[in-house]
Amino acid sequence: MRDSRGTHGCGADHYGRPVTVIATESLSKRYPRVTALDRLTVDVNPGVTGLVGANGAGKSTLIKILLGLSPATEGRARVLGLDVATDGAEIRGLVGYMPEHDCLPPDVSATEFVVHMARMSGLPPTAARERTADTLRHVGLYEERYRPMGGYSTGMKQRVKLAQALVHDPKLVLLDEPTNGLDPAGRDEMLGLIRRVHTDFGISVLVTSHLLGELERTSDHIVVIDGGKLLRASSTRDFTQETASLAVEVTDREQDLLVMLGAAGLTVQSSGHLLLVDMADEESYDLVRDAVAQLGVGLVRMEQRRHRIAELFTDDNPYGHPEDGPEGGPDDGPGDGPDSPAGDRAEEKSGTPAAPGTSQEGDGRDAA
Amino acid sequence: MTQPDVAAVPGPPPGPPAASPTDVIHNIGYRKYDGPRLGRGYARKSLYSQSLRGAYGLGRSAKSKVLPMILLGAMCAPALIMVAVAVFTHMTKLPVAYTRYAVLLQAVITLFVASQAPQSVSRDLRFKTTPLYFSRPIERVDYVVAKFAALATALFLLTALPLVILYIGALLAKLDFGDQTAGFAKGLVSVVLLSVLFAGIGLVIAAVTPRRGFGVAAIIALFVITYGAVSSVQGVAMSQEKYDVIGWLGLFSPITLIDGFQTWFLGATSAFPNASGPPNVAAGLVYLLVIAGIIAGCFGLLMRRYRKVGMA
Repeated sequence: MRDSRGTHGCGADHYGRPVTVIATESLSKRYPRVTALDRLTVDVNPGVTGLVGANGAGKSTLIKILLGLSPATEGRARVLGLDVATDGAEIRGLVGYMPEHDCLPPDVSATEFVVHMARMSGLPPTAARERTADTLRHVGLYEERYRPMGGYSTGMKQRVKLAQALVHDPKLVLLDEPTNGLDPAGRDEMLGLIRRVHTDFGISVLVTSHLLGELERTSDHIVVIDGGKLLRASSTRDFTQETASLAVEVTDREQDLLVMLGAAGLTVQSSGHLLLVDMADEESYDLVRDAVAQLGVGLVRMEQRRHRIAELFTDDNPYGHPEDGPEGGPDDGPGDGPDSPAGDRAEEKSGTPAAPGTSQEGDGRDAA
Repeated sequence: MTQPDVAAVPGPPPGPPAASPTDVIHNIGYRKYDGPRLGRGYARKSLYSQSLRGAYGLGRSAKSKVLPMILLGAMCAPALIMVAVAVFTHMTKLPVAYTRYAVLLQAVITLFVASQAPQSVSRDLRFKTTPLYFSRPIERVDYVVAKFAALATALFLLTALPLVILYIGALLAKLDFGDQTAGFAKGLVSVVLLSVLFAGIGLVIAAVTPRRGFGVAAIIALFVITYGAVSSVQGVAMSQEKYDVIGWLGLFSPITLIDGFQTWFLGATSAFPNASGPPNVAAGLVYLLVIAGIIAGCFGLLMRRYRKVGMA
């Protein structure tokens, strides 16, 4: 369903061109003293796309250009098939924008505010009221929507900010650091909501963050920029596949297994009583299974681990040292389960590899 | 809860109780919007009406209605009293000319500008709401035009309503229809110009600072200080009998600009000392040019201001 909706939502049928939501071509933005974007060429397809970069990497500049609010110094950009240089107003009618900073007046209620913003997007009064009620319900704001926003928690404010970006049913939303300032639970809820914006609402999403871990869980595609330059753009699966490793725990004879797997051509490291196997492809699972069966030992678990995407950019050889991380052997047990976003945050940017990552996905593999 | 036998009979767990249809909250899911999108003009109009209503506290908290309503009352009360007096004492003319009314009550108008201009624009800056506007179909010029027009309209309502009261009262008192209509029309022309001029000056000052208090203080200071300065220097000129100088001095404060303009162009009696309006044609034209220049300048400054803060 997601794919069909996504294709439908991107407007390919209207413009008769390939399903590209955002396309930039050698896009540059130079200020007198800084180059914010440097010949950025990237295509963004329907779905959820994570735009990753450190502060000052050019994320906000890119959003401003995409909204037609700031002319590019050189190069071109198209949003939903429209040229940002000439069709800014039309683009802004079809796109929703959630800024990074606070933007809510405290003395009006969420309902009044979102209705006003809906009208500013061109919705007639009745439609603006109906869409506001719908949208606020979808982002999870109920009775409190009639109260002045000054008394809202950060999580509620972020929901209103998201609602005002969605109220006019855009084809694309640009979300600038939507998880900023949220606690771990709030971040998870916001990420789930962002996922739903695409899967349930059929709206494509460009979400920026300086935290790679959270985008890895939310996005279909990831675009990484640094210093205004494109570092990498590809699907999240490609990222994670090449960074995946498999934690194998057996009841006995770990060293024998290590030797056997090494002989089978896999790169294996021992970490306490766990073996960490670098996953080359799907066949690696079979090799592990066969080796364990051949040894006749009990397989306690097989768990997919991920190296953080960060490693790809901080290390020249991302696969080189997957075990330098703070992998305290026994702690890696069942305690991995509740993957803590707070933990993710701490790891980011330090380039520390592979603490317990997205172990939920790994659970599915245990059946092997 | 309506299954008392569950606890009593252990056995295979009962399936989920078949809820009656009324118990179910249907999630109707996300609905696409296929209706009309009315675009820039409509959005500008919406911003205009929201800002205009906001200037009188409508659509805002009860507290924010208090001050504008008091000021509106203060503006109209003297007109009502004059009308009552005129009707019951059978006066042959109104105690105050239409064109003089706003000049007499300039303190009330100043307070209104000082309180509502920052309300209109400083809030958007302070709470950083402007990026939400500029990420929508409207352009910078739409925002500036809507805000400018809204405050000018609010000021026009404030200054024209008492004139309407005076006019109706004058007709009730059976004063000469032709005279009264001509005077009323001139009064309206004068307050239109006053509203646009005051709105422009107020908004430019308010848009500089996201701090509402600073905006209020700065606007009051500008209007009061310039008027005080002009009046006192005019007083000095009066004592030295330099009547031409009095006429020229009026160029240096907003309300005296309006006074000079209406004296020359609308044949009003000047409120300057010795009723010395602009001394000659050139002076009259200079008044007009200065007013037009200030209004245009304010518009330009606002446009420049929002080019910077639009997405900040």
